[in-house]
Amino acid sequence: MESVITAWGALGAAFDLIFHPTQLAYLAGGVLLGLSVGVFPGLGGIAGLSLVLPFIYGMDPISGLALMVGLVAVIPTSDTFSSVLMGIPGSSASQATVLDGFPLAKKGQAARALSAAFTASLFGGLFGALVLTAFVLIARPVVLAFGLPEMLMVTILGLSMVAILAGRVPVKGLASAALGILVGTIGAASAGGSARMSSYEYPYLYDGLKLVIVGLGIFAIPEIVALLRQGTAIAGEAKLGAGWRVGVSDWWKNRWLSIRCSSIGVLVGVIPGLGGSVVDWIAYGHTVQTTKDKSQFGKGDIRGVIGPESSNNAKEGGGLVPTLLFGIPGSGSMAIFIGGMALLGYEAGPRMITENLDVTYTMVWSLAFANVLGTVLCIALSPWIAQLTTIRFVLLAPFLFMMICFAAFQSGQELADLVALLGVGLLGVFLKRFEWSRPAFLIGFVLSNQVEVYVNQAYQIASHRFSSSLAEGMGYIFTPIVLVIGAVTVLSVYFGLRQTQALMPEGDVASGAKRAPAIFTLVVMGYAAFALFDAWGIKRTTDMVIPAVFAIVAILSCIYLLIKMRFTPEGHPLFADSEAPINGTPPAVSLWPSLAWLVGLVALTAFFGFFIALALFFVIFFRYRAQISWRFNLLLTSCGLAFMLGMVHMLNRDFPPGLLQSVVSLPWPLN
Amino acid sequence: MTILSKALKRTLLGAAMASAAILAPAQAAELDLSGKTVNFVIPFAETGGSASWANFYAPLLSEALPGKPNVVVKFMPGAGSTKGANWFQMQKDDGLTIFGSSGSTQFPYLLGDPRVRYEYKDWNVVLASATGGVAYLPADLGKKFQQDPNALNGVKFIYGSQGATSLDLVPLLAWKLLGMTVEPVFGIKGRGDGRLMFERGEANIDYQTSSAYISKVQPLVESGKAVPMMTWGALDENGSIVRDPTFPDVPSFKEVLTRKLGKEPSGPGWDAWKAFFVSGFAAQKMVFLPKGASADSKETYQNAFERVVKRADFKKISEKSLGVYDQMIKKGAGVAAGQATDVSDEARAFVKEWLKTDYNVNL
Repeated sequence: MESVITAWGALGAAFDLIFHPTQLAYLAGGVLLGLSVGVFPGLGGIAGLSLVLPFIYGMDPISGLALMVGLVAVIPTSDTFSSVLMGIPGSSASQATVLDGFPLAKKGQAARALSAAFTASLFGGLFGALVLTAFVLIARPVVLAFGLPEMLMVTILGLSMVAILAGRVPVKGLASAALGILVGTIGAASAGGSARMSSYEYPYLYDGLKLVIVGLGIFAIPEIVALLRQGTAIAGEAKLGAGWRVGVSDWWKNRWLSIRCSSIGVLVGVIPGLGGSVVDWIAYGHTVQTTKDKSQFGKGDIRGVIGPESSNNAKEGGGLVPTLLFGIPGSGSMAIFIGGMALLGYEAGPRMITENLDVTYTMVWSLAFANVLGTVLCIALSPWIAQLTTIRFVLLAPFLFMMICFAAFQSGQELADLVALLGVGLLGVFLKRFEWSRPAFLIGFVLSNQVEVYVNQAYQIASHRFSSSLAEGMGYIFTPIVLVIGAVTVLSVYFGLRQTQALMPEGDVASGAKRAPAIFTLVVMGYAAFALFDAWGIKRTTDMVIPAVFAIVAILSCIYLLIKMRFTPEGHPLFADSEAPINGTPPAVSLWPSLAWLVGLVALTAFFGFFIALALFFVIFFRYRAQISWRFNLLLTSCGLAFMLGMVHMLNRDFPPGLLQSVVSLPWPLN
Repeated sequence: MTILSKALKRTLLGAAMASAAILAPAQAAELDLSGKTVNFVIPFAETGGSASWANFYAPLLSEALPGKPNVVVKFMPGAGSTKGANWFQMQKDDGLTIFGSSGSTQFPYLLGDPRVRYEYKDWNVVLASATGGVAYLPADLGKKFQQDPNALNGVKFIYGSQGATSLDLVPLLAWKLLGMTVEPVFGIKGRGDGRLMFERGEANIDYQTSSAYISKVQPLVESGKAVPMMTWGALDENGSIVRDPTFPDVPSFKEVLTRKLGKEPSGPGWDAWKAFFVSGFAAQKMVFLPKGASADSKETYQNAFERVVKRADFKKISEKSLGVYDQMIKKGAGVAAGQATDVSDEARAFVKEWLKTDYNVNL
């Protein structure tokens, strides 16, 4: 009872914290940003959060959290635009919305589909916030009892789920997660400071790869490159039609469906690893199963919109549960969210509900406000937002390249940041191409340090306890909570392995020939083998164990995959390859030229510094890739440069210098 | 040979600088910085102690500098703060660049970390900020210890630590000198994690910086779960260690060690502890002007910081960010900086040997 009163007080205190003009302004800013990011197909919470991460340094924590929550919360609402209007999922969480939303739009009922979707989204979002509130209240006494062995066990549970539930081939998920952990161990070990896959002489890697760079590289770059390849205008016309009221009453008629799907959404959100890419499919499946007349599904049944949209927004509230309570990100965007919290001075984990309960509840309030605000804005601004979808992507791409390079550069403020971004981006492109789970990789990367620290500390403390007596040692490790979580882990792996055949988080990926996927698997195995070799040379056991163990996991997974590949016929999901020719015809625009533009920007930066490179890049890109008139070209270029100057001035940062700057000294901003 | 020549060079350089200071023209004039931007470079990321310390001083400094220039804090993290310090070593004095050093920048320098390419003797200190720390024990052990400092010999202690070469070097060495058996559990991310381990009973010894001790450990003491063991003490004007003014009832480590030994502590172990204590606590954060700073620059910034710390409301506004510790300026800052960045070869060798044998850390 006492804890309920404390929590109630904190809920009120949190309301006071968030209900200030500044905080609300940041919240609204986050919502607007999320709206814009969500509207563009493919770009979701991960890309959006990675872009704002460099700018929340030094912000007042409540404002920063409001900004991030606002951004995350509105994406499942705003991504509906592209799903309905263009038939391209706005983010991975609204793939299922396309099935019935797009046919409705073709029938001229886009407004009805959108308003039903927004209402469902709003309901789902509020439902998620409510569940989060209740969960924190209930979980508080339990979480207080969590020590190192318990936290280690939760981390293992989270990782096992992430790996198993990552896609159609569980071993690939396991390999992705192991690879993510391995990449996360690069640099100085947290326990003894040994250099791993790095050295004192070359300090860049000694500090480890930064989350912003990994997030942008793994998620944003592959999506931007993919969109750039699609080339021309993404939606022909943006007609909404009438029917706003009809949509709302559609939702009301199906409110029970909406409640059921929201519950599914929260549940899926709470389970680490399932996350955004499957929640809409599960809700869609449930919607179809529980409807008597199934004939209209796929042709424009409004229930096919309401179901997924209720669930995909509810999952954000659910996803915050493991994120805040245990520091286990439920999805890729939550992984970045944890990074953002750290920048604001809060470490996700039990302390969020023991000592920072008011801050935790500001997030709940932010989530609720952001949902309401997001829905209102989506409806009010819909004609203009719909126009956004008709912009040719080639006109946007340079701005996105500019933003991700600038964001990446903020982490270490050297050219090496951009090179690292390119390297990780290339890995991201291949992970996407061969359907290796990118969320599993990212979550592995984020949890890497946590796993290592918990293992080492729990081991050290346990051996200390065992040295006093056997009973004390056993009592420390095998607590009831550890045993329960252990049992849940075993069960979830068992059932997970049987249920994953139908998961297609990257959408429908074709399967191709054996060669390319096998080569990629070999390359990953080669890296893992090298990491193992590197770990072997480390003298301190504490710094060696985790990289060595996960290198072995990655190597074994790769060997398993290779053996299976040898005996499986082509066309099996094992050989998923989005570059595979469909019906004998390869994709129209090849991957490499699109990626080459980014390489070009980085190369230009190396020679001329970022500002000059950016100017050249804009002009050349608009001239040769977008083929627009010189006037328009120069206009867009100056807009981009002006924006960049404003940013740099506001944040008091320098631009990355190049060779040119080391030879001659130039005036600002050319220096 | 190289060590000798290095030491010799340092001495000569120090002597040269001292004489330069004496010979410095008395007519040094303050610069006019109106319309300029001063870069306050911090070799750490935007979170953490150094950032909030710099963010606290930046606006006050802006007001106190002649011409009220814009003072911006610039973060340059990397390689455990040695990256930013190496960068600062290459800077020339333009009257607009100042550097915020911390214990984590001073320790690698004292230990002879191979990444260090900076030389504190080249720089010009204008401010030194002190902080303090308190070690505490579970109630039962703490009471025994208060009666007899030898009572804890043979007890096995577990301590949540951020690393043997971090600021934790100071408590670990203190316990070592007291003859205690403390096993550090490395890898925690902040002192808050260490306290949580203590509260959960996973660790049975801990220390917190003063402000964290007051807000988080004092309640444990009041409810009978913890007992303060000792403070690290504070530095008086002459550079001697005295009781921490924030905790007048808690003995300092020096007192405890004196009681245990029956005489004033001395020898390389004690010298090493004192050097690292000054570097990590008594003069933990310092502001420097670059190598070769002009007399005018020094005058400008020394006076500006004097104006800041002599503000009528300084005590009130600083209490939350800085605690109730000394903010040393002018001569005081010089004395503190000298102690914080100097360690005898003997003491350094002692620490290196201890880190190697006890924690397998090779520098």
